[in-house]
Amino acid sequence: MSNLLSIVTFLPAIAALILAIFLRGEDEAGQRNAKWVALIATTLTFLVSLFILFDFNAADTGFQFVEEREWLMGLKYKMGVDGISVLFVMLTTFMMPLTIAASWNVNTRVKEYMIAFLLLETLMLGVFMALDLVLFYLFFEAGLIPMFLIIGIWGGANRIYASFKFFLYTFFGSVLMLVAMVAMFADAGTTDIPTLMAHQFASESFSILGVQVIGGMQTLMFLAFFASFAVKMPMWPVHTWLPDAHVQAPTAGSVVLAAILLKMGGYGFLRFSLPMFPVGADVLTPLVFWLSAIAIVYTSLVALVQEDMKKLIAYSSVAHMGYVTMGIFTMNQQGVDGAIFQMISHGFISGALFLCVGVIYDRMHTRDIDAYGGLVTRMPVYAMLFMLFTMANVGLPGTSGFVGEFLVLMGIFQVNTWVALFATSGVILSAAYALYLYRRVVMGDLIKESLKAITDMTAREKWIFAPLVVMTLLLGVYPSLVTDVIGPSVGALIADHNTALAAADRLGDAQVAAASH
Amino acid sequence: MVSIILFAPLIGALIAGFGWRLITIQGAQWITTGLLFLACVLSWIVFFTTPEQTQHIELLRWIESGTLSTSWGIRLDRLTSIMLIVVTTVSALVHLYSFGYMAHDENFKEGEESYRARFFAYLSFFTFAMLMLVTSDNLVQMFFGWEGVGVASYLLIGFYYRKPSANAAAIKAFVVNRVGDFGFALGIFGLYYLTDSIMLDDIFADASRLSGVNLQFLSWSFDATEIIVLLLFIGAMGKSAQLFLHTWLPDAMEGPTPVSALIHAATMVTAGVFMICRMSPLVEFAPDVKTIIVFLGASTAFVAATIGLVQNDIKRVIAYSTMSQLGYMFVAAGVGVYSAAMFHLFTHAFFKAMLFLGAGSVIHAMHHEQDMRNYGGLRKKIPYTFWAMMIGTLAITGVGIPLTHIGFAGFLSKDAIIESAWAGTAGGYAFWMLVIAALMTSFYSWRLMFLTFYGKQRGDKHTHDHAHESPMVMLIPLGVLALGAIFSGMLWFGSFFGDHAQVNRFFGIPVHETAEAHGEADDSHGEGVVAATEGAVEGNGTEVVESLTEDTVTEGSHAPATPAEDHATATAAGSGMAPQGAIYMAPENHVMDDAHHAPVWVKISPFVAMLIGLVTALWFYIWSPTMPARVAGANRPLYLFLLNKWYFDEIYAAIFVRPAFWIGKHLWKRGDGKIIDGGLNGLAMGIIPFFTRLAGRAQSGYIFTYAFAMVIGIALLVTWMTMTGGAE
Repeated sequence: MSNLLSIVTFLPAIAALILAIFLRGEDEAGQRNAKWVALIATTLTFLVSLFILFDFNAADTGFQFVEEREWLMGLKYKMGVDGISVLFVMLTTFMMPLTIAASWNVNTRVKEYMIAFLLLETLMLGVFMALDLVLFYLFFEAGLIPMFLIIGIWGGANRIYASFKFFLYTFFGSVLMLVAMVAMFADAGTTDIPTLMAHQFASESFSILGVQVIGGMQTLMFLAFFASFAVKMPMWPVHTWLPDAHVQAPTAGSVVLAAILLKMGGYGFLRFSLPMFPVGADVLTPLVFWLSAIAIVYTSLVALVQEDMKKLIAYSSVAHMGYVTMGIFTMNQQGVDGAIFQMISHGFISGALFLCVGVIYDRMHTRDIDAYGGLVTRMPVYAMLFMLFTMANVGLPGTSGFVGEFLVLMGIFQVNTWVALFATSGVILSAAYALYLYRRVVMGDLIKESLKAITDMTAREKWIFAPLVVMTLLLGVYPSLVTDVIGPSVGALIADHNTALAAADRLGDAQVAAASH
Repeated sequence: MVSIILFAPLIGALIAGFGWRLITIQGAQWITTGLLFLACVLSWIVFFTTPEQTQHIELLRWIESGTLSTSWGIRLDRLTSIMLIVVTTVSALVHLYSFGYMAHDENFKEGEESYRARFFAYLSFFTFAMLMLVTSDNLVQMFFGWEGVGVASYLLIGFYYRKPSANAAAIKAFVVNRVGDFGFALGIFGLYYLTDSIMLDDIFADASRLSGVNLQFLSWSFDATEIIVLLLFIGAMGKSAQLFLHTWLPDAMEGPTPVSALIHAATMVTAGVFMICRMSPLVEFAPDVKTIIVFLGASTAFVAATIGLVQNDIKRVIAYSTMSQLGYMFVAAGVGVYSAAMFHLFTHAFFKAMLFLGAGSVIHAMHHEQDMRNYGGLRKKIPYTFWAMMIGTLAITGVGIPLTHIGFAGFLSKDAIIESAWAGTAGGYAFWMLVIAALMTSFYSWRLMFLTFYGKQRGDKHTHDHAHESPMVMLIPLGVLALGAIFSGMLWFGSFFGDHAQVNRFFGIPVHETAEAHGEADDSHGEGVVAATEGAVEGNGTEVVESLTEDTVTEGSHAPATPAEDHATATAAGSGMAPQGAIYMAPENHVMDDAHHAPVWVKISPFVAMLIGLVTALWFYIWSPTMPARVAGANRPLYLFLLNKWYFDEIYAAIFVRPAFWIGKHLWKRGDGKIIDGGLNGLAMGIIPFFTRLAGRAQSGYIFTYAFAMVIGIALLVTWMTMTGGAE
């Protein structure tokens, strides 16, 4: 199958089309059909995507399954995956059926809801596979529209504000990215991503209005892309849209947002910022480190005082993304491996945590931590699952949360011990806020009248969690499943990066030392 | 065989935790306990057949990234086998004991809630994590076990989830331990950075090289070994409740008493000591940090003992006593006599587990009353428990015949540490702190005995009337542990703290030819000791003691021979090979030999301290029972200071906990709310509605705007490309 990637990408979109054209009626049968169509489509997508994983050759560090054809107006349609992107594709196809299954209780405008999620899947998959600048931009930006709709239509009480904020931040970043893309095309004469990765953009310093710009054009273009990806991650201090978006989004929306959409920023850094603008990245690495370290400590402290469960987990996500950005910019094998691992693992863990919130939100219709307490007496299975993912979230060895965090910290220690110190202190704070949350919600005696009749998880809910439990533990015990796939590509990325820096005469002692690791 | 030992508890935990509905609660209890006894028997077999050469067994790949390669693996040497028997023996007995102790619990609704299967599953899970810790052949797996026992501890401290105090204590234990783990993790990162490996063998092989290397850590440059060992020691401080990171241990007593015996006395809290001994090839090259370890250990022993003097909760007294004894172990490790630290760890596991289980038996008898002020006169009511506690007390206070090797377990191991402290610090701070702590240990241990078992009945009459002896399943473990508390010291004294050759043989440290002559000399001396002990048993003690002392003095002339032997080992270490043996002592480290030749007054000082403590306790609680109140009244500030545990909790709340919440609140409301949202949004929120209106007063509003903006962007891009020649 030479067009496997396209099949995987557009399967959900075709299902969405079928829903839009053929499904009529908002009655119960219609709703059920919409749900089943979406579930089958996403499951099928996942099954087909397994072919990508099985046929993927990890030792080959180039792009595989490449498809290339002419498109409108002289543009090109080019898709492909390498060791860095293939697991994001898998993460997306893996999470989507669970997301749909978690939406089984939705009962307003079900058809549109399912269409939005199916389109979203296509667009997210496109982001991770696109090998053309324009194509990437299309997928990257268009993906936000279904997300807007999901928050704006099926969201909570304050959804308008949240959507505005979401829009505002992303728009700001995108405009700058677009400008940089135009500049890139002007310089390199192509929009082909592999070609651009090999292209050397000018890095001679110059000054604008008396301000010396070290790294020249590369630094400026890096900053433009940075604006977009940093918002997406999100990095401190442009993170405040995320807690609001999460709080207002429906459960499934939060799951997709945390598990997949946030990863686009990290993926963008790895696909664009580092290989295309190595000098710019190198100049701004200290900035990224410190923003990440601040994010970890700052958002962990903020998480400690949250009163809304979703907000707490959202802030915890920001802290975890801090490890990712930090790891990516260490530019050594452990750091980057750890960053990718952390993104994959965070997909499962944060997804599961938002589902945990969803389980009790469905029953009590509140996210206030104070409204709960003592759930363990009535919901032992829930208590156990929530415990597992809380522990995975705080990075307990044996869960996947540990591996990523540990590798990143190991990577950063080799580069900057001060940053490592601050980042490592995050393990203390994360334990504090996560266990404090768990205590207030699950532990204690069940004394609140409103909770007296709460029921434990249904079979459907348990089945949604089962794959997440398996992945969290499996990757915790046998992380080679991931590192074997990403390792060679990451190695090549780092080698190319160092070659480029050496050519630009910017290779410091630190990198020389790190390169040997 | 080690794999079976390792995974039996895990299998038990999984079956009991998830399958108890199928096999009933009784079944779950029997399976976990049965598997633990199996592991225990196998551990003893392994202990007696421990190979001289360190064995490695690889199980599965783990984290691999670049040159970082971690696997799940087992390292089998003497240190491992000692820990195996300690962990599995105590754990098996605690499992058995829990049959009785957990049979009824008023914290749960009888009949409705099944908590026992969960309890046994947690206990077995803990045992698994602890075994992973002690069998690990690399630092990351050790960290896995390290955090794993932390979680098990968290779950078991918070086992009575209805009690707010238990939940608070559980979080406190986990978070404070995380502070230690923070140091441990940084230490691992540092070691990987320096040696490119996290395998113990590779690190040990590199140890001598590292001591000269400077490591840039934060903004300063440190000697690599010193800073790494310091970071690792921070981890050990957390786990082993050393001063400043100790506040969680007393609170951990919120957990059920079998948990306190297993986790917070015998096994988990000794993990820090184990780790320092395990890392001895590295620790030996960090003299400054060793001094810190000695200082902190001695201070911990002292501070904990002072607090233990005035506590009224029976479990808290024992908890502080545990903390104090851990301080002893660290002193031994810090002065470089790792074998003595392990010796005390080994004996302490038996008598402290027994004290806890005995206390549990008392609590069980008294319907969960834990305040000793409500006990009194119980020795007739619960005689077996009384005798078990008596043996435990004799062991912890160090009763034995001075200047011989006959006595309860604690007598031999504690005196070994005190002598080592004298030799290692030239009779300085640590030595005196430990002797004073020994005095206080004796006082509070006897105080516990007298308040509980002697005097008049106090407190609720009804409870006293119904006080009953515990069932057999609880008494059998007490009996087995009592054997350990009596004999473990005497049986293994030679192996842990005998002459050099014997200790080397026990720990698998190779004896080189140059040292052969010396070894023989030592052997003859060793025989002398045995002869002397035998003589003492026969009754003509004083004579033999004199001859032994003479022998000791003359033996002193042998000491200079030692460096030759160790020099050979050092060369091996220098040439990039990991030193053989489970522990490593540097060539210039002859603290153990010096300790053997300590003067008589040093050797009898702990015994004298013990006697003073005993007499004071007798005076305070038997002869003149009004005395404690009068003393407390006369020294009220001091009494309150001790009763409130030196105000550590209050100070930490004021400088860490409350500020963290305060800062969090302000960062959220001010930082996120006012500055970031207020600044960025305030600017943009004014512009965007303008665009929205501009984009046509369409219903879809902002979404339309967004799509519109994007399309314009694409259009611009495409136009640009067409103008510049189009894509190739």
